[in-house]
This record gives sequence, structure tokens and C-alpha cells, in this order.
Amino acid sequence: MAETAVAPKTGHARVRKSKKMGKGYIPPDPWTVRAALSHGDIFTRLSVVIWGLGNLVRKQFFKGICFLAAEVASIVWIILGAAPALKELPGLGTGKVIKVKDADGFWQTKVPTPSVVILLYGVSSVVLIVLIIWFWSVAIRSAYKAQMLEQSEGHAPTFKEDCSDLLSGRAWLTLMTLPTLGIFIFTVLPLVFMISMAFTSYDAEHPSKFDWVGLKNFGTLFSTKGTTVNLPMFMDVLVWTLVWAFFATFLNFFLGMFLAMVIERPTTKLKSFWRGLFSMSIAVPQFVSLLVMNQMLQQDGAINRLLKNWGWISQPLPFFTDVTWARTTVIIINLWVGIPFTIMQITGILENIPAELYEAAKLDGANWWQRFMNVTMPYIIFVLTPYLITTFTGNVNNFNVIYLLSGGAPTPVGASAGKTDLLITWLYKLTVDKNNYNMGAVIGIFTFIVLAVVSLITYRSSGSYKNEEAFR
Amino acid sequence: MSSATVSSKASTKTSAAQSSQVPEKNVYGRRLAGDIASYALLTILGIIWIVPIVWVFMESFNKNPQPYQTSFFPKEFSLDNYVKLFTDTSSLDFPHMYMNTLIIAIFTCVISVFFVLAVAYCMSRLRFRMRRTFMNIVLILGMFPAIMAVVAIYFILKAVGLTSSNTTIIALILVYSAGSGAGFYVMKGYMDTIPFSLDEAARLDGCNNWQVFTKIIIPIARPMIVYQAIVSFLGPWLDFVLAKAIATSADGYTVSLGLWSMLQKEYIHTYYARFAAGAVLVSIPIAVLFMIMQRFYQESMSGATKG
Repeated sequence: MAETAVAPKTGHARVRKSKKMGKGYIPPDPWTVRAALSHGDIFTRLSVVIWGLGNLVRKQFFKGICFLAAEVASIVWIILGAAPALKELPGLGTGKVIKVKDADGFWQTKVPTPSVVILLYGVSSVVLIVLIIWFWSVAIRSAYKAQMLEQSEGHAPTFKEDCSDLLSGRAWLTLMTLPTLGIFIFTVLPLVFMISMAFTSYDAEHPSKFDWVGLKNFGTLFSTKGTTVNLPMFMDVLVWTLVWAFFATFLNFFLGMFLAMVIERPTTKLKSFWRGLFSMSIAVPQFVSLLVMNQMLQQDGAINRLLKNWGWISQPLPFFTDVTWARTTVIIINLWVGIPFTIMQITGILENIPAELYEAAKLDGANWWQRFMNVTMPYIIFVLTPYLITTFTGNVNNFNVIYLLSGGAPTPVGASAGKTDLLITWLYKLTVDKNNYNMGAVIGIFTFIVLAVVSLITYRSSGSYKNEEAFR
Repeated sequence: MSSATVSSKASTKTSAAQSSQVPEKNVYGRRLAGDIASYALLTILGIIWIVPIVWVFMESFNKNPQPYQTSFFPKEFSLDNYVKLFTDTSSLDFPHMYMNTLIIAIFTCVISVFFVLAVAYCMSRLRFRMRRTFMNIVLILGMFPAIMAVVAIYFILKAVGLTSSNTTIIALILVYSAGSGAGFYVMKGYMDTIPFSLDEAARLDGCNNWQVFTKIIIPIARPMIVYQAIVSFLGPWLDFVLAKAIATSADGYTVSLGLWSMLQKEYIHTYYARFAAGAVLVSIPIAVLFMIMQRFYQESMSGATKG
């Protein structure tokens, strides 16, 4: 039902209806570049060279002039902006300081453009050129569409009709343009830029002039000889990341569930007081509580002092100086951070479990444990599986807890990764602190692979992805 | 509202327990033991959860601003830390950081809410060719670690000329809000629960997609919009990583960066107690907003239209 109401009200409704319409099925665009080239008239075909010509001929003056202006701007930009940037991209600049005689006859030293700037301009140019080519196809298709609509309806859509179409049939175009642009510039472009760094020698030793090195950095990651990054180090961090994500996710889940059930016991009084008590820690910004914890757990921090005053210990406990202690500490502190969220989630679900299920189980003589295993657990797991997956990937990427709490400590002398560093904090340290951008990018790519493998398997088999419209 | 349902559910469970066939005495004894155990557990854990928060609060009134003191809780109290936080602005200007964060948060909030609403509406209500592609791309982009892009974003902002001290605010607003359209999932899920019959009725009355968006969907989605607004407003207050990479001079610091630098080696000896004071001042508005958000979230989780 919704389909018919939403489908753009254009002259091609006939074409659409002739196809078999499933739920959510969108027929392919009838105005393709290929059709424009084979069926278009002379003006449509000329639009390939002169953008907007087809529109101008069909009295779509505003549209035509916009396309023409876009073409002029693109050509000027490609010649003046993109061409020089692309020319330097393969060599990433000369890196040589040259002396130039200025107008007054003095020698001026000219500092070469840093390779990273050349790389950025080059990558942005490539991305923009792809966009221009796409826009070119838009111009051709628009000309063809104008031609066809003129034939079938007597006139091509006027400027006014186009505008009202942008609010009705193609409202998605109006609404999506700015958000997509934002995602493009601040998510896609940085990622492409960063990934391209993985194939260069951009590190602390080559801060201004670096070169393309192909897959060498990936080789370094898998060799045993690398100094800042090598295979044993990478495996160490990778295994710890997975162990951490496992414990951080499932310990939080089970202990949080246990606490939620204790609070939800029928005879527990002051339920909202207990829940409020535990959720107070959510209200405090995470970085504040983590920094406070970090301070408290230092060698001469509050906790060690307290325990010493009580006479329980003589030496300060090595919270962040011993590997096992540090790893246990971050997992336990993460329980402090994470359990309140789990309690909130599970409380809501516990309240929704149909009481009949419990009563039926009781009539069948099930004891508490059997009721828990056969009613409560399956229900919670069923509802919370997507949440558990996102929590797991969130924990692989849990930057704050590690960076602010332990800072990766303890770090062996000379190593670039500490013993509690995750892939993500290691990446951050390599890039922001140590300027080893190339290795940071390589590790970022591997983090992506780890996450993609975990989430693709689970997301795609989850019901909410497959049957998005199941309940409609 | 939720507590009422809890108690009613709880009472049904209790009555069910009483009516079962187990001898009364045994049930009573076991319940008492369970009660004692659970109260003991809740009390101990409650103390563990609350101690760090109480500690920050007490420390913020500590008369002695030095770190690493002999006692766990401070012994003498004064308001000095709060006064100094706002008067002594020579090296770390806390009021300025507070204003920065407020401005950034307001702009981010407005832009992100619009972006999220627009994308969620398109994904939930409109059917167009790029829809599934868009959703898949956003899913894949979400798997790249966000930290990876931080450095690249900094280079891009530098190339555009937005990294000098007085443009840091604009840069941070852009960074926090530009990609927000990708976070449409929760809002879309909510819009999916709004019955399609409402749209169809509106369309029969002659509304186009835009009018359905502004006149039907937005008013109904109000609880979720409040939730989204608070989430986006809180973002800049809670974020640390992006701010640290982009705000290079103290002029553009946000509160999280300010508080973080108070605990660095060069400041910790004078700013330790003031850090606690600043943390309290940041936490209070966040806690209030968080509680409001919680209520709206629960409200919106119970479905868009009732009955």
C-alpha cells in the first residue's frame, strides 16, 4: 500500500506497474546513460559534450544553465586544481629545498610542499573527479529524461514542477543531500586518505617527504624483525583485544543480569532506589570517572594508601605495573562502568517477560533454576543478541576505558604497545603520539577486518536485518 | 509509570508464589535468607558504585589542593576550589572552556537532530533506489574504527584552514555534527513503529512527502527527538579523543580536555582539587539531562502510538 503512495508520480508509472512488484522492490531507473546514448536525439547526445544542452532545448532553462555552469566549473577546476595535484601524486613531491631568484634578484629558499599535503590534495582530487563523472551521468540522464517526458507528456517538467517534485516524489533527494555530504567529507574522505597512508612510508623518520612503498608496511606487520611494529607484538595486542572484548562483554552481561534479577526479586524493597544508585555512575561523564579511577589506583593513590593505613598491605598493589594485575584491573573497572547499562537494559526486558510463562513453568513443577534456564535466559538472549553484538564490537573499539584508565600501561621498555593496549589505542598512540602514520593505518585496516568479520557474520544472519519489514 | 508496572507485576508474582503447593514455612525461611543475602549484596555493591562519585564530590571541597594526601577523604572543607576555578584563569581558563563546549554542543545538537531526522525519515518512509545501498555503506563505514579517521580529519581541517585557535570551535562543530546522519538507526526504528495508515491518510488529504515529514512524523516522533537532541548535546561534553586531536591550542579547549590537562604532570599539583570541582560542575547538567533523556527514551520505547 505504501509503495503506491510513495512512488514518484512521473509519467513512467506505466513502466513501473508492468513489472512485478514485491515488497520494497524498486524498479531500475528507466533513464540510463546507455538508453540516452542509443535512443536519445541529437540534443540529448550532444549533452554528453555540452552539459545541460538537452535541458535548455526543452525549456528547462534553470536546470540547463546549472549543468552548464557545473561543467565549466569542473573543467576549470580539473585544469587548475586537480591536474597539478594528480601530477604530483605518484611521486608525492620532490622533497628538495630549491632556491628561486625573486623579482629583486635575491635568492629565496622555497620549502617543498609536504608529501602529506600532496597526498591529501591528490586523494581529494580523485574522489572529486569520481563525483564529477557521476554528475556528468546525471546531466546526460537528465537530458534524456527531459526528451522522453516531452515526447510522452508534451513538455518537460518546468522549474516549478521540479521544485515541487523535490518536496514530494523525490523528497529523499532534498533531505539526504546535506547529511550524505557530511558523511562523505568527514567520514569517507578521511578513511580513504588514511587507508592510502598504509601504502606509504609516512612515519616518524619521514615527516615531510615520503614515498609510496606498496605493501611493505603489511610485510613489516607480519615480519618478526620490525622495530616499532612486528608480528609477535601485533598478535599479543590482537589476542588481548579479543580476550578483553569477550570478558568485557560477557562478564558485564552476566553480572549485570544477576544484579538486575536481584533487584527485581519480588520481595526486594526500594527497587527504584537500588536502580538509581547503580545508574548514578552513568550520569557522571565517563572520562571523569575513569580519570578519577586512574588517580586512585596509582602506586601512591588513594586505594593503596587506604589499604596501607588499614595495615592490609605493606607494599603498594601493582595495579598498572604488573601485566596480570593491569589486565584484571581494567576488566574489573570496566564492570563498574558497564554494569549499570546492563542493569537498565535487562530490567526493561525482565518487566516485559509474560508472567504466564512463569506461572506455566511453576505449574509444571519447575524450580527457580529451571525457570531461569528455560524461561528467563532464552527470552533475554533472544531480545539482547543484537545488543550483545554491538557491545562486543563496541568493546573492541573501547578507546576511553583503556586510554584514560591505564594508558596501555605497563609498557615494556622500547615497545610501542603496552600490555593493556587494544588495537585501537595502539593505533592512536602510533599516529597521534608517535607519528607513525603508515603503521597506524595498517593496524586500522586490520581492526576493520576483525570488526567486519565479527559483525558481518552476526548482523546478516540476525532477523532485524533480513526481515526489516516483517511486521508491516 | 514504570515503577507502577514493576510493583503490579511483582505482586502478581508474589501471589503466584503463595498459591503454589510448597509448604508455607519453608518458603518463608528461604525467602528471608534470600532477602538478607540480596540486601547485603546490594549494599556492598552499592557502596562500591557510589564511593568514587562521593569521593569526587568531597574532594571538590577539599581545603588542601595537593594530590596524594594521607587520608582517603579530605579532612577540611572550603569553597576555594570552585572560586579559584572561575577566578584564576591564567593558565587553564575553565569558564572559557565551559562556554566553548556549550556553544559547540548547541550547534551540534541542532544540526545533528535535523540530519538524523531527515535520514531516518527517508530510510523509514521513502523508497528509492539508493536506500539499501546507503544503509549498507553506513553499516560498513561504522566498522572502521573512528579513531583511525581522527588524524586524517585533522589534516583535512588544516588544509581548509580551520585549525587556528579561533576557528577550533567551528572545526569541532563540523566534526561532531557532519557525520551524524549515519546514526539514524534508533530514530528509524522508532519511525518504523508509526503506523503507515497515518501517512496514507495524510496523502489522501493532499500532503506531499515533505508535509508528511513535518506535519505527521515530526510531531509524533517528539519523544525520540528529545532523546536524540540530548544525546547530540551531550556528545561534545563527553568526547575526549576528537577534541584532543583537533583543539591544538588552549583557546579552543572543551571541558573534557581542560579537565584532562588538569591531571597532567605540569598542572596536577595545583589543579588536583580544582579538577574535582570542575568534574562536579560538568557532571550536574549532564546528570540532569541524562535523567530527562532516560525518561523520554523509556517513553519512546513503549511505542509511537498507543492503543
